[in-house]
Amino acid sequence: MANIQKKTHEPLFHIAKRDSIPTLKAWLIRAAAIVIALIVCGLLTMLLTGENPINVYASMIEGAIGTERRVWRLLQDLAILLCISLAVTPAFKMKFWNIGAEGQVLIGGLAAAACSMFLTDSLPTAVLIPVMFIASVLAGAIWAVIPAFFKAHWNTNETPFTLMMNYIAIQLVSYYCFVYSVPKGSGKIPLLPKASWLPTIGNNDYILNIIIVAVITFGMYIYLKYNKHGYEISVVGESENTAKYIGINVKKVIIRTLILSGAICGIAGLLLVNGTNHTIASNTVDGRGFTAIMVSWLAKFNPITMILTAFIIVFLEKGAGEISTMFGLNSSFSEIITGIIIFFIIGCEFFINYKLVFRSKKEANSK
Amino acid sequence: MIVAFIQRAIVQGIPLLFGSTGEIITEKSGNLNLGTAGVMYMGGISGVIGAFLYENSVETVNPVLAVLIPLLASVIGSSFMGLIYALLTVTLRANQNVTGLALTTFGVGFGNFFGGSLIKLLDTDVPSIALSATSKCFKAGFPFADKLGVVGDVFFSYSFLAYIAIAIALVTSFYFKKTKSGLHLRAVGENPATADAAGINVSAYKYGATIIGSIIAGLGGLYYVMDYADGVWSNDGFGDRGWLAIALVIFAVWRPNFGIIGSFLFGGLLIIHNYIPNLTLSAQELFKMAPYVVTIIVLVVISMRRKRENLPPASLGLSYFREER
Repeated sequence: MANIQKKTHEPLFHIAKRDSIPTLKAWLIRAAAIVIALIVCGLLTMLLTGENPINVYASMIEGAIGTERRVWRLLQDLAILLCISLAVTPAFKMKFWNIGAEGQVLIGGLAAAACSMFLTDSLPTAVLIPVMFIASVLAGAIWAVIPAFFKAHWNTNETPFTLMMNYIAIQLVSYYCFVYSVPKGSGKIPLLPKASWLPTIGNNDYILNIIIVAVITFGMYIYLKYNKHGYEISVVGESENTAKYIGINVKKVIIRTLILSGAICGIAGLLLVNGTNHTIASNTVDGRGFTAIMVSWLAKFNPITMILTAFIIVFLEKGAGEISTMFGLNSSFSEIITGIIIFFIIGCEFFINYKLVFRSKKEANSK
Repeated sequence: MIVAFIQRAIVQGIPLLFGSTGEIITEKSGNLNLGTAGVMYMGGISGVIGAFLYENSVETVNPVLAVLIPLLASVIGSSFMGLIYALLTVTLRANQNVTGLALTTFGVGFGNFFGGSLIKLLDTDVPSIALSATSKCFKAGFPFADKLGVVGDVFFSYSFLAYIAIAIALVTSFYFKKTKSGLHLRAVGENPATADAAGINVSAYKYGATIIGSIIAGLGGLYYVMDYADGVWSNDGFGDRGWLAIALVIFAVWRPNFGIIGSFLFGGLLIIHNYIPNLTLSAQELFKMAPYVVTIIVLVVISMRRKRENLPPASLGLSYFREER
């Protein structure tokens, strides 16, 4: 008997779920992951450019926040990305995999652009801007509610549905740009009339965008944490059956949440078109709809933490952009860096949720 | 003109067929890999790097090596992507959607970066990446195609990778339906807990399916560059075909043999705007919506009918933790 027992193989370690982990420790693990990721990225940059990593990081920081103008650009990009991330958050918390933010933002932007092209002459700015706002919000909400409706009623898989809606929005914008292009056939529309631009505060172009997004951030935090709706969203996300059991109308929650999600995407579209670019093209959103999903997830759907995660992503993009200009490399370098860092952060969550319990002699003896 | 349309539609469809067959294998194991777009870029650019290094290191190109080297490079590149995905989602139990999106960001970035910077990084004096010699080898097809008239044009005028794509799709279909290992794979995707209890190694199947799926999808990228684009890499040239391949998986209701027809249909929808007479530039943009609209319609119809055999694998998108039952 003893012999048989000896032969039973005990693995070197096994994985156990952690009950809870001190917040500090969790953040230390995340910080360690980012540091390791930065080292890997530094090595990679060194291999490609032959520059030493310290110079590389110095130029990244220089590129992201080196001048006052760059800081403002960074904050502006941060605001837009954060706004879209906030928009997808309630849907994700509900485990509704809305990967259609790209299209929802774009269609919101299209509504704003159409309003400014056709209504600027007939409406005073004070009326025009609220009208544009409503149009963008409606457009974004409609684009999000279509897949939500089918999900709620027939459980249609929302991931491919919202994905396809992106491309339909892109083609619509592309169509619009061809119809109203100047010169004809170029596929580019001219700058929108100045009266339809969002007002500037002081002489800074971006501060209004930043304020609006700050308000949305705070509002979303309150909504998810202290509002009954926020609670319902969490319950539906945790378990649809539990939600049904305690009397939550799941269909209603799904549709309501996606209207909210799409509406905020619409606002992001307005900010992007009338507050930043002052024109629209099919690549106006530029993949932010997808990046936003990662930002939201990395922040564990907490709007306040999201400021930090959005900052990390935007900072990396700007910094890596600077490196590619300096060394004459392709600007997609930033996407590689962003990808690597996200891999590490995603991977480190495992060590926050689980712990490795190693085989110990003590335990074996006590048996 | 109809013959030309069919030919172009099939050439357009082949990358999608590779992508969707790969993705079907991956999804059958319960892994929803949204990184397929990135994997296909990676497969393409890895092949380009391999071919570029080879073409620039020899005087005359040996046709066998000119095919094998890019092929091997592509397989290495895309299996690396599959490995990252499997490592993160299976071993480290990360969220599949987020991992997939990160993989797309990384893969597309990798493709565009090396596509745009390869010449500078290697300090060569060529003006652009134009692998005409390699592309010529990849385009080798049946020599008798010209002699058969229309039949030859429609059926035999493609390069060998196109036939490989169809063969892979058919073999995969057979594998799912008729083999024991295929049954195990489907069990893992439907209900990993049951599969685990039956003694199937869930992680091994998930790793295997994801990596093999990625390799096949990556070949789609390789085919696109070497055949369709004549060996010329242009950044973002591959476009959104990776996402379209994911759409095709749904269109084919998770069956690779349906995927063959589906891919030709999608290929046709992608280029139909070139074949409708008197279409304005703006109306062309509307026609480009067609594949996406069709996918949505299929998606809605299959979810309304809820026929068992048309539904996605039951545990698609969910990670499996043995301890959490």
